[in-house]
Amino acid sequence: MTGSSTIYALFALGGYVARVIVDVMLKPEIHDPQGEAVLSATRRLGFGGVTGVRQGKRFELELDGPADSAALAAIEELARELLANPVIEEFSLHPADLFAVSLSWGVAG
Amino acid sequence: MRIGVVTFPGSLDDTDAARAVRYAGAEAVPLWHADRDLRGVDAVILPGGFSYGDYLRCGAIARFSPVMAELVPAAKAGLPVLGICNGFQILCEAHLLPGALTRNAGLRFITRDVRLTVANASTAWTSGYESGQQLLVPLKSGEGAYAADEVTLDELERTGRVVACYAGAAPNGAARGIAGICDEAGTVVGLMPHPEHAIDPLTGPSADGLGFFTSVVTAFAGARG
Repeated sequence: MTGSSTIYALFALGGYVARVIVDVMLKPEIHDPQGEAVLSATRRLGFGGVTGVRQGKRFELELDGPADSAALAAIEELARELLANPVIEEFSLHPADLFAVSLSWGVAG
Repeated sequence: MRIGVVTFPGSLDDTDAARAVRYAGAEAVPLWHADRDLRGVDAVILPGGFSYGDYLRCGAIARFSPVMAELVPAAKAGLPVLGICNGFQILCEAHLLPGALTRNAGLRFITRDVRLTVANASTAWTSGYESGQQLLVPLKSGEGAYAADEVTLDELERTGRVVACYAGAAPNGAARGIAGICDEAGTVVGLMPHPEHAIDPLTGPSADGLGFFTSVVTAFAGARG
């Protein structure tokens, strides 16, 4: 994934590669048995300081243009329609400018 | 009567659903997920299984398949649709039914015969039963716990849109013990357990599930006079 995004960034030739992170979590009132199972495993491992675990999903979307307000609005629509089920889940968007990061990976490797 | 049975990549129970249709005296018409064509059927069954590998969420990808682009408007216009297990999940993802199916409380995939109580015997798929009748049918699902907000649950109960409940405690943690619901018209029904596996004592725990299929066939014959 890192490799392909690096190549993509380098081939964008002066272009702008942006990434938007979409985090999806079950709504607080929805029972999360997976999180509970992870919590019980943390206790078995001796991590007694952990008092709660909720499990969610993270999507990394790569864009062919800037993560401007129009792109974010489209991604918000996508998240509502596809990535999350608003009946049981909530989501948040986090724009992540990849240009500098990808370029440095490209130089390094 | 011609009843379509949709096969998605990962559907498991389309064969049994088609068999149940034939047991009920109707013609089973295979429908393919990639075809934007309902082939003129009089009703549709979305069978159980793991459509598209349950990727993203159960039913979330199937919702956008070409056949669903035809099915959603047809269902809204009154075409009887029965979604069983994964089919129920698809109906919820497609917003033909409210709420969602979430991971079983306790995380275990549950495969066992369960007793259901028919709560609404006037839907397109349950008119052959009596309200309060108990049915013995298999349940086999990992994400079968029905969930919806309290307002929706109240509304479903108040308007008689709970079609079936688990008799006793819900084995999967379903809200208010809900095993199946219907849309406002009573033509679109979603059910988590599997009536198509209980149509003959030779191959299932009972023949109690056959009534879902004979109900829609009888109603169709009655409408035709």
